[in-house]
Amino acid sequence: MKFLFKILKDFPAYLWSGWGAMASTLLFIAFWDLGNQVYGNLVLPSPLETFKTLYTMLQDKDVWEQIDITLYRASVGFGLSMLFGSILGLIAGFFATASMMSRPIVTILVGMPPIAWIVLAMIWFGMGDETVIFTVVVASFPIVFVGALQGTRTLDGDLKEMAESFDFPWHMKFFDVYFPHIFSYIFPAWVSGLGMAWKIVIMAELLATSDGMGAELAIARSQLDTPTALALVTIMITSLMFIEYIILEPIKREVELWRA
Amino acid sequence: MESLEVKNLTHHFGFTEILQNINFTLKKGEVLSVVGPSGGGKTTLLHLCAGLLDVEEGSIQNSFKSTAFAFQEGRLLPWKNVIDNIAVGLLAKGEKKDKALKKSQKIALKFGLEEEDFEKYPKDLSGGMKQRVNFARALVTKPSLLFLDEPFSALDIGLKKELYAHLLDSCKENEMSILFITHDLMEAIRLSDKVLLLKADPGHIVKTFEYDTPNDKREENFIYEQSAKILQDKEIIDTFELNTLELT
Ligand SMILES: Nc1ncnc2c1ncn2[C@@H]1O[C@H](COP(=O)(O)OP(=O)(O)OP(=O)(O)O)[C@@H](O)[C@H]1O
Ligand SMILES: [Mg+2]
Repeated sequence: MKFLFKILKDFPAYLWSGWGAMASTLLFIAFWDLGNQVYGNLVLPSPLETFKTLYTMLQDKDVWEQIDITLYRASVGFGLSMLFGSILGLIAGFFATASMMSRPIVTILVGMPPIAWIVLAMIWFGMGDETVIFTVVVASFPIVFVGALQGTRTLDGDLKEMAESFDFPWHMKFFDVYFPHIFSYIFPAWVSGLGMAWKIVIMAELLATSDGMGAELAIARSQLDTPTALALVTIMITSLMFIEYIILEPIKREVELWRA
Repeated sequence: MESLEVKNLTHHFGFTEILQNINFTLKKGEVLSVVGPSGGGKTTLLHLCAGLLDVEEGSIQNSFKSTAFAFQEGRLLPWKNVIDNIAVGLLAKGEKKDKALKKSQKIALKFGLEEEDFEKYPKDLSGGMKQRVNFARALVTKPSLLFLDEPFSALDIGLKKELYAHLLDSCKENEMSILFITHDLMEAIRLSDKVLLLKADPGHIVKTFEYDTPNDKREENFIYEQSAKILQDKEIIDTFELNTLELT
């Protein structure tokens, strides 16, 4: 609770530090507009036109439904990865044999291109939610898993010994010695896992479903409707930026104050 | 009667023999120090006595009710501030949180830490400050046996003096026994009833020095005299290889 309060208290200062980010975003938009003037409307619509399209799209209830569908798939997929990735990663980290056994599996999962998984998933599950969710899980699970595994494997033996010498009860060992260290590994892994989930969900939808934002993107492409495509991309990017910078980053800052 | 008895203790790391046939007894209320060259196995001996390493050969019998350990390298929890770090030992013993924090603040002040340091994380502390936090964390639990691994090595002489006095006070108050390691012979003479001289390769005890004057009644003069005397001791010269210095 104290923690939550501290996050809220430091939030304005954090926002203030965002001016630099704002400046670079505006610069990006300026270059975008330049690109539009060089290559023309069909290839690269102007930022203004894109934002106008975006505005009209956001009035449309159907678009929100598509966003909902995508959000649902991404969160179920990421939620599963986060849950099982964390738990299995911890288990694998605590047992040397398990961590050795899991290494080749992780290598396969990380190394296999997501597109190959999509093809397999389409064969196994057909066109629908399962295919998308499966691909998301397969792509973001190993990231979380490796984070949890690393966190557990790198626990400081000296600190464990210290805890032993003071006869820490099990809950102190966990919350005061293991957890903060493991969390400092697992949390960044969650952040990258989430980013991965968001990218993969769009790709999987584009190839394997007839609804969701990815499918909308496919339709825009087939109609050569560049403004709509760019508007969709804008939605995807801003939502990711919102989650990352407004929600996750402030938490991370507070949690990692002790880091050098 | 509580005591720590070490009998025929031998220890190996891999194939190297680190400690060879160590024997000593530490009785209730006694202060025993171990001096010896760096890398001679002092820390290893202390870890064995504290049960942090498993005894392979020989035996260690520890009948003290409670023990606490101040480590050579601090070992503070990096995600806890000064006061929370000091309090962990108390909390582990089941003390109430606010009481533990109060006691920790009190001892922190006694250890020369200032209120503005209380909220700092270990990364923002100096070496000597970390050492004091580590020491305070062990002492605040008022153990019946306290293990100290070079607790004063990074402190200035003023602080050392204060902490000596403080340590002797709480030693008397709680009838605490201390087993401690130091490189400073004068410090050993000032504080301890017995000084064990541990020679290296492999570590074995070559001599025991005993001081009968109660440690809170030792005059500076006594300490200087004894230090001068001990530096002439043949075994000390041998163990620390003091003579080779003069030859070159
Ligand atoms: N975990 C370990 N594994 C293998 N060798 C070790 C281990 N710990 C210590 N040693 C070795 O044991 C010997 C004694 O180490 P120890 O830390 O006990 O010395 P020390 O007397 O405390 O030295 P110092 O005064 O420098 O702290 C050293 O040669 C060291 O390399
Ligand atoms: Mg040592």
